[in-house]
Formats: sequence, structure tokens, C-alpha cells
Amino acid sequence: MAKKINIYQVATKNLLRKKTRTALTILGIALSAWVLISLLGFNRGYEAALNKDIDNMGFQVLVTAKGCPYEAATLMLKGGTGLRYMKESILADILKHPEVERLTPQLMAAIFDPNKGESGGINAYLGVEPTTFPAMKSYLKFKQGAWFTDPNALEAVVGYEAAELEQREVGDKLLIPEKNVEIKVVGILARSGTADDGTIFLPLKTVQKIFDKPGLITAAGIKVRKDANMAELENKLYDLPDVQVVSMAQVKSTIMSLVSTAKVMVFSIALIAILIAMLGVINTILMSVLERYQEIGIIKSMGAMPWDVFRMIWTETVILCLLGGATGIGIAFALSKITDYLIRRLLPYTPTGSLIAIDGNLGLITLGVVMGIGLVSGIYPAWRAARVRPLESIRSEGD
Amino acid sequence: MTPAAPNAPDTPNALDALNLRKVYKRGAEEIVAVDDVSLHVKRGEFVSFIGPSGSGKTTLINILGCLDNATSGSLELGGRTVFSADKCLSESDLTRIRRQVFGYIFQKFYLVPTLTVYENVILPFAFFKKPEAEADPMGILKFLGLDKRTNHRPSELSGGEMQRVAIARSLINKPEILLADEPTGNLDTKRSEEIGQILKSLNEKEGLTVLLVTHNPSLARIAGRTISLIDGRIAG
Ligand SMILES: Nc1ncnc2c1ncn2[C@@H]1O[C@H](COP(=O)(O)OP(=O)(O)OP(=O)(O)O)[C@@H](O)[C@H]1O
Ligand SMILES: [Mg+2]
Repeated sequence: MAKKINIYQVATKNLLRKKTRTALTILGIALSAWVLISLLGFNRGYEAALNKDIDNMGFQVLVTAKGCPYEAATLMLKGGTGLRYMKESILADILKHPEVERLTPQLMAAIFDPNKGESGGINAYLGVEPTTFPAMKSYLKFKQGAWFTDPNALEAVVGYEAAELEQREVGDKLLIPEKNVEIKVVGILARSGTADDGTIFLPLKTVQKIFDKPGLITAAGIKVRKDANMAELENKLYDLPDVQVVSMAQVKSTIMSLVSTAKVMVFSIALIAILIAMLGVINTILMSVLERYQEIGIIKSMGAMPWDVFRMIWTETVILCLLGGATGIGIAFALSKITDYLIRRLLPYTPTGSLIAIDGNLGLITLGVVMGIGLVSGIYPAWRAARVRPLESIRSEGD
Repeated sequence: MTPAAPNAPDTPNALDALNLRKVYKRGAEEIVAVDDVSLHVKRGEFVSFIGPSGSGKTTLINILGCLDNATSGSLELGGRTVFSADKCLSESDLTRIRRQVFGYIFQKFYLVPTLTVYENVILPFAFFKKPEAEADPMGILKFLGLDKRTNHRPSELSGGEMQRVAIARSLINKPEILLADEPTGNLDTKRSEEIGQILKSLNEKEGLTVLLVTHNPSLARIAGRTISLIDGRIAG
């Protein structure tokens, strides 16, 4: 007779007996597989995205006057005060170092705007040099317009988000409060996903004039030669009077250490999700073993060895985990955008690129982990089933 | 299968049990379910066991069928010792004996509800192949009048049909001895007679040794020999 039967068929059909229960268990496994692969993907993706972000800054070292906040966020916190200035002449001193490939000076200016938002807010302007800045930030693309026509022009290039916030288009005017100076918007940047999106750029000379800071700058961005020794350059720059040197490598390690705390938390969540899924599997299989006590007893009286029964029940767990794992991985691929969004809300700082780097390889690893969990969870129920004595089940006539 | 000659002088008995005793302990109380039972069953014999409820029929037949162990006594199957005062087969050897020697039928049918009739019948082969047996599931199903129901699920069958599926399953490994513990307990008189006829023809045409436990005296009468148990002892 051609028609055959094997343990795996019996196991599969068993799972179809309680469809809802099976489906819910698979769903539980799917969720934890989703969490797991997303986290593994995040683990890979985050650092890559951060590196890309830092490369996008265009410079690897920023020199500022001692005590000067170099981050827009800090500037906001301090309410626009606390800016420190360096003389432009420092640029020549920096350029002397052979490690420096390019240099661009910046002058940050901040002013209170009573018309901003509900109770007023700080407007920040960044004065940049039309000759050096665009070259260093070659990745910046325009949505509309172009860079300034003249180093002294009363013109502005507005970052994507700033333009949306202020609702400006090329040709519109911007009024700088208190100074009563009107500036013409000549360019609007496309979204770059960096801090530049929220910045209003003016020519350096214009900012110096409007804010009355002739010959002064707040920072100098340095692009370092590829083969240069970064640490050595940092040391040499500290020889300049009253400066602080911020290297992006330093910034990166600060961010990574902030993130690592968040990572621990997130991995704990994953661990809990996996444990819950495991308990779900154990519960489901154990219940189905107990429900089938008599059936298993009969199978044993027909001559099944304990190992046969063990394999049959184990197969059921593996099928559950395989289906759940595959579903979860599918979900992870389909919903990676949403996962990305959720993680962004959880973390203190997130780079712009895709945070979740999942691929087929990671999918296989996750499936392997889920299967491993399944095999381990299946041991106890399978052992219970393997131990069923034929007689016990036949004797328990009551039910 | 060729019917074994029941009375050939040099063929060993299908089953020899000596001084079987089974004691259950319930706390301090001791229940002697089987009390000093000795029994010899020839190959191809049909033996029925009757007796009041609690007289130890099930306990005895389970011991004879290697599903349970005795407290003392000895059992030989076809001349091979299963257990005695100083010897006892391992659990996996017992499993092998269950595969090769026995077919079991119970009052309840214990069919797997998710499998079809056909799959239920060949279910034992999910676990082992009996090398010498060329199993013929369709032949067995036809013999039992189930050849039109092979793709049905147990829930679609009547009680009598379900029991016939269970019988088919018990025959699939070509057993030497068929053990039936109240196989008609859940069936009406007509179905009971049907099952009785099936057992009788398996015994007569296939030479199967049959041990049948029943409450039903008219069913017991189809056997060549009837053993009556009272309080765990053979009464006659
Ligand atoms: N597992 C057990 N533990 C304790 N006592 C048991 C156990 N199994 C059976 N007994 C007792 O052993 C005795 C014989 O039971 P057994 O089931 O063999 O009787 P039976 O003749 O098959 O009865 P019935 O006709 O009702 O099926 C009974 O007194 C029963 O209560
Ligand atoms: Mg009984």
C-alpha cells in the first residue's frame, strides 16, 4: 500500500485540533521573533547610521572658544547667552597644521524672538563662509534656490524644517528681531536629516555686521586629511590659547555610551518577550499532552517507544516555533519603518539613516534562535508525554 | 498467516501464566486484584473471561498483555519468559513484544480524531515497521466492512464502526494474540453481535489467539473456553 504515515504528519494534525490556541501561540512567538530580529537589526544599524551622520557633518573636529556651547540644543537651553568668541586670526594658526585639509569658520548668533511660538523663543542664525562652507557640506541639496550671491549679501539659506516652521519660500523676507534687519531668503535646503534642517544660514560677514561682532567667530570646523593622526592634531590644537577642541569621535563615543544604557533596557524587554513566548509554548504543548493522555497511552500500547512519543511532541513545538518565527521575521521586514519610529521615540539621540539593519542573514539567525528556544521549551512537555504509561491512560476511564 | 495447529505437540503454548498475583496498595489497605491465577492458552484458542465487576478481569488481561506488571508469578509467551521470580524484560523489550505479539481492543475506541479512518489504522506504522508483516490495511478494512469509509474522520462514524476501526488498527501489525477488554461495552446488542462475529472469524479463519473480557454471557459463549473470575480467582 502506497499511503504512508509518519510522526510529523501526526504532529501537524494534532496542532490543527485546537486552531485558536495554536494560532495564539504562533502569534506570541511571532511577536517575540519580531522584537528579537528588530533589536538585532538595531544593534547593527544604529552604529552604522551614527557613523554616517558624523561623516555627513563634513568635519571631524570643531574648534570653539573655551566654554562656548557647540551644540544648538545647549544653546537653546542657555537661552542664547553664553556664546564665546574667537578672533578670526586663529584660522591661519589652525591652517598651519599639515593634518588640516579644509577649514570653515562659523559665527553663531541667537536672539529672542517674541513672535515665535506662543510665548516667544530663541532664533539662531549661523554665519558661514560662502567660499568654504558649501564645499565642506557637499551633501546639502537645495529644494529651492541656491547659496548666497555675495559674502556681504543680506541673504539667507534656510534649512528644511526651519523653512516649514517659518513658512518661507525663496524670495520671502525674514525679519531679525531687535536688529530690525530684513533678509531675503535665497535658498531652501532639502531635508538632510541633520541639525542643518533647523538652521538659518547667513553669510559670515553679514552676521558679524548685524550682530556687531567684527572679526569674530564662534567655531571653526576642520576637515582632517584621511591619513592624519587625529589625536595628535587634537593635542596640537589645544596649544592654541583659550580654545576647546571637540572631535566627532568623542561625540560618537558619548552618544554610544548613552545608547548602550538604552540598549540594555531594550534587550531586557526582548528577553522578557522571549521568556513569555517560551512559557506560551510550554503551556500550549503541555495542555495538549494532558488532553491527549489516553491517546498517547494507546500509541504506546501499540508499540511506540518513549523516544517516538518524545519526537512527536517535540515536532509539534518545532512546527509552532518555525511558523511563529517565520511570521515574526516577515512582520519585522514589513514593518521595519514602524519599528524604526518606535525606537526613535525610546532613545535619547537617534541618527537619521535607517536604524534597523535587517537582512536575510539576520533572519536566519533569528529563526535559529527561535527554533532553539522551541526545542528547549519542548523538552519538558515531550518528556511528560514520553513517560506516559499505556496502562495509566487506559485505566483513567473516568473522563 | 497460516493458522497454527492448536494441538501440535511440540509447538509451545501462546501463553503460560503461573501463580499470577496482583496486589494494589491503597494506604494501609491491600487489594488483591488477581489472586494466584495460573492459565495456559494454546495457539489459536479463543478464551473469554467473565465475572462480576471488580473481579480482576481487566487487571489480569493487562498483565497477560504486558501492559501491567504482576506483583508475583511468572508469564511466558510462546515459550519466552516475560517475567518470573528471577527475570524481567526491560521496558523496551516489552514494547517490542507489544508490537509483535499483541493487538489490543478496549471498551473505548481511542481513535485519533484528527486522522482519517485509514490513517488511524496505519498509525502504528508511524512508529515502527514490522519487518515480516506485509501489512494490508485495505484488506483489513474491507474485511471489516470499512473500505468505503477510509477517508472519514472518527466523528463521522457510528460506535460500531469506530470499534471496527479500532479492531482494524489492532490487526495492522499482524498480532498473534488479540486482547479485547469489553469491546462491546459501548455498543447495542446488534453491534455487539457483529463484533463477536468478527472476533470469531478472526479466530477461526486467521488462527488468531483471542482473549476476550466481557460482561455479556451470550458474547462469552462464542469462545471455545470461558474462564470465570471471582474476587481475583479462577472460579471455573
Ligand atoms: N490502579 C488501581 N489501584 C488500586 N486498585 C485498583 C486499581 N485498578 C484496579 N483496582 C482494583 O482491583 C480490583 C479489580 O479491578 P479490575 O478493573 O481488574 O476489575 P474488572 O473485573 O475489570 O471490573 P469491571 O468489570 O468493572 O471492569 C478492583 O477492586 C479495583 O478497585
Ligand atoms: Mg474491567
